[in-house]
Amino acid sequence: MTATILTQQFINGISLGSLYALVAIGYTMVYGILRLINFAHGDLLMVAAYAAIYAVTLLSLPWQISFPLVMILTGLFGILVDRVAYKPLRDAPRISLLISAIGVSFLLENLAIVLIGGVPKGFPRPDIFARVIDLWGLRIQVLTVYTPILTLVLLMGLLYIVHRTKVGKAMRAASKDFETTRLMGINLDRIIAVTFFLGSSLAAAGGIMWAMKYPQVNPFMGVIPGLKAFIAAVLGGIGNIVGAVVGGFVLGLGEILIVALFPQMAQYRDAFAFAVLILVLLFRPTGIMGEPITDKT
Amino acid sequence: MDTSTRNALCTILLLAVLAAVLYVFQKHGTEYQIRILNNMAIFITLAVSYNLVNGFCGILHLGPNAFITIGAYTSALLTMSPAEKQLSFIIEPLIWPLSVIQVPFAVSLIAGGIAATFFAFLISFPVFRVRGDYLAIVTLGFGEVVRVLCNAMQSLTNGPLGLKGLTPYTTLWWSWGVAVFTVVVITKLVNSSYGRAMKAIREDETAAKAMGVDPFKHLLLAFLVSAFFSGVAGGLLAHLITTISPTLFTFFLTFNLLIIIVVGGLGSTSGAVIAAALFAWGGEALRVVESPMNLGFITIPGIPGMRMVLFSIILMVVILFARRGIMGRSELSWDRLFTALRLQTKA
Amino acid sequence: MNDFFQLDNLVMQFGGLTAVKDFSIIIEPGELVGLIGPNGAGKTTVFNMITGFLTPTSGRVLWQGRDITGWPPHAVTAQGIARTFQNIRLFTDMTVLENVMVSFHHTIRSRFWKAMLGLPSHKREEKRIEKEARAFLEELHLGHLADEKAGSLPYGQQRRLEIARALAARPKLLLLDEPAAGMNPQETMELAKLVREIRDRRRLTVFLIEHDMKFVMGLCERIKVLDYGITIAEGSPSEIQRHPDVIKAYLGEPKHA
Repeated sequence: MTATILTQQFINGISLGSLYALVAIGYTMVYGILRLINFAHGDLLMVAAYAAIYAVTLLSLPWQISFPLVMILTGLFGILVDRVAYKPLRDAPRISLLISAIGVSFLLENLAIVLIGGVPKGFPRPDIFARVIDLWGLRIQVLTVYTPILTLVLLMGLLYIVHRTKVGKAMRAASKDFETTRLMGINLDRIIAVTFFLGSSLAAAGGIMWAMKYPQVNPFMGVIPGLKAFIAAVLGGIGNIVGAVVGGFVLGLGEILIVALFPQMAQYRDAFAFAVLILVLLFRPTGIMGEPITDKT
Repeated sequence: MDTSTRNALCTILLLAVLAAVLYVFQKHGTEYQIRILNNMAIFITLAVSYNLVNGFCGILHLGPNAFITIGAYTSALLTMSPAEKQLSFIIEPLIWPLSVIQVPFAVSLIAGGIAATFFAFLISFPVFRVRGDYLAIVTLGFGEVVRVLCNAMQSLTNGPLGLKGLTPYTTLWWSWGVAVFTVVVITKLVNSSYGRAMKAIREDETAAKAMGVDPFKHLLLAFLVSAFFSGVAGGLLAHLITTISPTLFTFFLTFNLLIIIVVGGLGSTSGAVIAAALFAWGGEALRVVESPMNLGFITIPGIPGMRMVLFSIILMVVILFARRGIMGRSELSWDRLFTALRLQTKA
Repeated sequence: MNDFFQLDNLVMQFGGLTAVKDFSIIIEPGELVGLIGPNGAGKTTVFNMITGFLTPTSGRVLWQGRDITGWPPHAVTAQGIARTFQNIRLFTDMTVLENVMVSFHHTIRSRFWKAMLGLPSHKREEKRIEKEARAFLEELHLGHLADEKAGSLPYGQQRRLEIARALAARPKLLLLDEPAAGMNPQETMELAKLVREIRDRRRLTVFLIEHDMKFVMGLCERIKVLDYGITIAEGSPSEIQRHPDVIKAYLGEPKHA
């Protein structure tokens, strides 16, 4: 294998990893506050991708307007999901909450089949992202370079909100100690809504970029990226935003490089992430950047 | 007559009625009716054994489809004749000794159950190191891994082509025989001291440990028993539909089982039986919404996917508004039935 | 060196924080020992280290001549040490009888497959367990509630059931974590009587944590005082009451006086 191909694959890995990272952030934020794996989070990729298709084709909005609009709408949709399916179960046994999340996920996927149909739709990728540039002898699609850059920009914005604003501080407090935060008179419903909004908008960004990378939008497109992003969140240390990004990059790079270095492993690629998950849970359940969980009895 | 003799007589009577019904349908039933009855029995087996883990131990295991797949493949590979196997495995030949073995159906079912139990044991160590959401994802992941392996390991599973032309051994006697056996055995288990220990873990794992209950041992027991019956049911399914492939038993199947045990009531075997029967019948009945409907003057086109939308909505409604489902955690029993009858006659 | 029960320099650190430092105690068979201290002094942490819910950073737990440090909780219970919890932890959706029967599970001899097939040998054991569990409930005056759901009992009865359940595990050493918490003076008095009764009748050894000073002083023969994880005093109730450090750390607070 030449150094050029390896570099090429490395860049691909970074690009894929940044998509996992964008989606993983939403998992980690919601888990941090509600201790819930939002099973429906992956399906937001699909919701956002379809929304973007319709915004561009039906409403003929330029992508510069429609993509941010879709992010906002998906964010609001995330809040709606919480209000309908999770909020009534805040004090219910955990198993109910999880089952509700799985229910939402299946409902979204099958509603998409009923309303839109199971046949994959092409994604109207703006030409600017499809261009191929020559970078030191490497032929790379612009999208592959833009994806990690955009991820880092969005991450900076998110970290600013979480660390520098009042609502961000309340979010961090809530993820440390839900009950005390409630007692301190902070409006938790608002904090939870903001969390779902931010996480879902980032998932939307991930969904749009995923659809540009693999321009086949179908009702189940979010399932596998969603699962892998969750694994990335666990790998990074669940509840930790920077950890989710690191986990995303590690997982994306790992998947691409394993296939690049051992081509005969290609058909096992989808199993790689789960092997990582099992290893992390066995040997370092707190993930790369997670803090040890204190056991209260 | 004391109550235990009465209850035993009632149970025998009920089984006799069931046998008579099955006999009539086996002789005179349409293919459609027999298919529904077979599905009912297999769903009962699957739901009752799935409920042992999710309902009685209170953990969210999302990988029964993996064990069903393993059971189905094992059993199918064991009943096919060596000649059939040679014809089917065109890309890569089946590995020895599976390529030459052929066993009777009953043996293949048990082998399917044992294979599933073996894999359940292998993954139990990572699975039971964690709880709650993590456990859900690990078991879900195992289901995905099994699917990937079924596709990739061509010399064992024939890859994406799957196994075709299996002999339809699964009759009503087989499917219902297994269902009755499963219900009886699992009921005895959950009503025993072992079952009490599982329920204690569900209620409060910390307290259960302090009372001398080893959570790993008991969760493992439930997990393995559940995997065994899922594997046997997988073998029955394989020889009912006669064609299996890696995409057949996906997370969809797990989702359906989850709906059944939630609707029936997590932690109620009779609830699981009732809901599984309803599901097998309702699932077929609801096919009308997916096929075109001719109302004489206008034809409404069928809507593919509508059934799953309805099932998802049913699951959400039950979990949000009627969390106890049909039975909650209580069971139907002869004692309860007779008490209810007595109250009826008095009133 | 005593070979009944001994804690030898137990230390528990969480991250950089030391919750318990160099905790040592020797308890003789049949003793009734109290462990007191302000909130957050590390009392429950000591219990958690004994019962295997926490593995001490250093130090040893010695029980009947064996080092059981870091054994899993269920194994510790099987060795004859049972506990109750500060915040009641009953199996709320199970009946009172079932709650107690869970504690008998570790004594069961017949294997699971015998239970699944409903073999007579297993049925006999189930009958024995039920009979013994009912006897326990009678002893603690809970017999008439056997078929109620544990979660539906009034508070005081739930505390009693917690003790019954722990006793049913057949301990030689019983650890009670704030058994009188939330009880009214009448109930507290009855509880003290009950604890002394079961100790005498079953020749148990009792080690208990309690906030209610009257309860501890009236019941325990020996008391140990923890503050910020450090043992500040040890002695008979009267010695403890006069100890200057204890008065400063603990009894000085008016609400506990």
